[in-house]
Amino acid sequence: MPFGYVSPEQQMRDKADYARKGIARGRSVVVLQYEHGILFVAPNPSRALHKISEIYDRIGFAAVGRYNEFEALRLGGIRYADINGYNYARDDVTARGLANLYAQNLGQIFTESPKPFEVEIVVAEVGDSSEEDHIYRLTFDGSVFDETGLVAMGGQAEAVAGRLKERYSEGLPLAEALEAALFALTEPGGERSPASQLEVAVLDRNRPHRKFLRLNGPRLERLLAEGAGGATQETAPEAPGTPQTPDLPPTAPEGDLDTGSNG
Amino acid sequence: MGSHRDLPAGMVNHIFTNSGISSFTEFVGSYAPDLLPGRNETLATPVGDHVPHATTIVAATCAGGVVMAGDRRATSGNIISQRDMEKVFRTDDYSCMGIAGAASTGIEMARLYRVELEHYEKMEGRTLSVAGKANRLATMIRGNLGMAMQGLVVVPLFAAYDPEVDGGRIFGYDVGGGPYEQQQYHSIGSGSIFARGSLKKLYRENASPEEIILVLINALYDAADDDSATGGPDVTRRIWPVVAQITADGFHRLSDEEVGGHVQTVLETRMSSPDGPVAPLR
Repeated sequence: MPFGYVSPEQQMRDKADYARKGIARGRSVVVLQYEHGILFVAPNPSRALHKISEIYDRIGFAAVGRYNEFEALRLGGIRYADINGYNYARDDVTARGLANLYAQNLGQIFTESPKPFEVEIVVAEVGDSSEEDHIYRLTFDGSVFDETGLVAMGGQAEAVAGRLKERYSEGLPLAEALEAALFALTEPGGERSPASQLEVAVLDRNRPHRKFLRLNGPRLERLLAEGAGGATQETAPEAPGTPQTPDLPPTAPEGDLDTGSNG
Repeated sequence: MGSHRDLPAGMVNHIFTNSGISSFTEFVGSYAPDLLPGRNETLATPVGDHVPHATTIVAATCAGGVVMAGDRRATSGNIISQRDMEKVFRTDDYSCMGIAGAASTGIEMARLYRVELEHYEKMEGRTLSVAGKANRLATMIRGNLGMAMQGLVVVPLFAAYDPEVDGGRIFGYDVGGGPYEQQQYHSIGSGSIFARGSLKKLYRENASPEEIILVLINALYDAADDDSATGGPDVTRRIWPVVAQITADGFHRLSDEEVGGHVQTVLETRMSSPDGPVAPLR
């Protein structure tokens, strides 16, 4: 056995561990279905570096991890979508095709490049009804997961997904879905991000032409107030039952690497 | 396609190569150049009147925006090749373009231009300025100059709502490009001479969008009256002009019922005075 030999199994494990650590360092992003489409919520103090964006008429993109890496994926996705929509017809651009393109690239990078991408992304497509919605989650190694209802990724994804499941139900109105997302993104006992620190967007199936819409400013604040009002009435009796753990570390401890995505 | 090892960060597909510019046309030009209009080999003989031609488009500014209207006729020589053609296209939320000239190239160009504007917006996270949009269209028209010389002439008319001035702006072009910013109103296509005469007399500054819609429908009626290639309102088939209005609320294409109502008003006036409304002498 030559000196410095590392078995392929070990190599893959090391790469996967490295990528997982990088992704867990940032803050979580949640994507969930609501009454009229799909909602994306990300705590993000930066106004310039987006974690959520539009890919095509009915397709949105959300990512966690290293900004420069998922930005390259986002730009590539827009080029793919635009060239296919121009070459064929606008309806022929699907989230499935895009997810496949990303899976190919992420998988190839994971096996061939010494450093895997530290990203996890969601490609979501809104259909004419909630049954026709598609949410695909892709991990750093190119695996594709076909999700229904809700996705949480990045940071302490499992804890966030657990909290989101408590509040989530099918066909929530927008304000309540937003409230559920914020509940999930906030540590129990922690402080909620103000509207200025949130990146929120929807794919609204009732919009003409382009379904993607960013929610910010007064509109977002109204929605937040509306959601908070409805939720306190409903969940007040449950509040004592929820475990209070104010001593937990915050969801997003500042890592030693600047990922450029968590401000 | 080279080895993926030549690509940044191990990307496998050339779609991930950053060409350094957020223009869709430039990207297609390097990725799949044959998808662009006007890049074909030169034609053996000019096509002339054999391909359908789109005709008259009119546009005028109104209070807080701009309105564009186009007739529905396409002609190949003396044949009417289509009665219900659409020549006014939404290009993004705050702009639209109308086409005159070779219909096929024009439609393709409108489709490309829409992707171009959206592509920039998505890549850069901001919309282009109105002047930027008008200049991009000029570059595309200039790219088609070779084909224009062979008979596939396309001349667009571009209109947009400009939030900077809270009003509409109109840009004209020629086969070599442009843009030429137009004040108040403009018309293109075979019936444009007659339409412009009509517009000149009927246009009122800061009129409401509804009034400007009537002005434009009258202008198209006058163009159809004197130009054989421009179609008037088709009462029996209920085919009305395409009318699009752009204000701070965005692009809105009027429904057939809405346009039908305005057309009815114009037709009723013309029943008593066939030459249309008379402008005051002094």
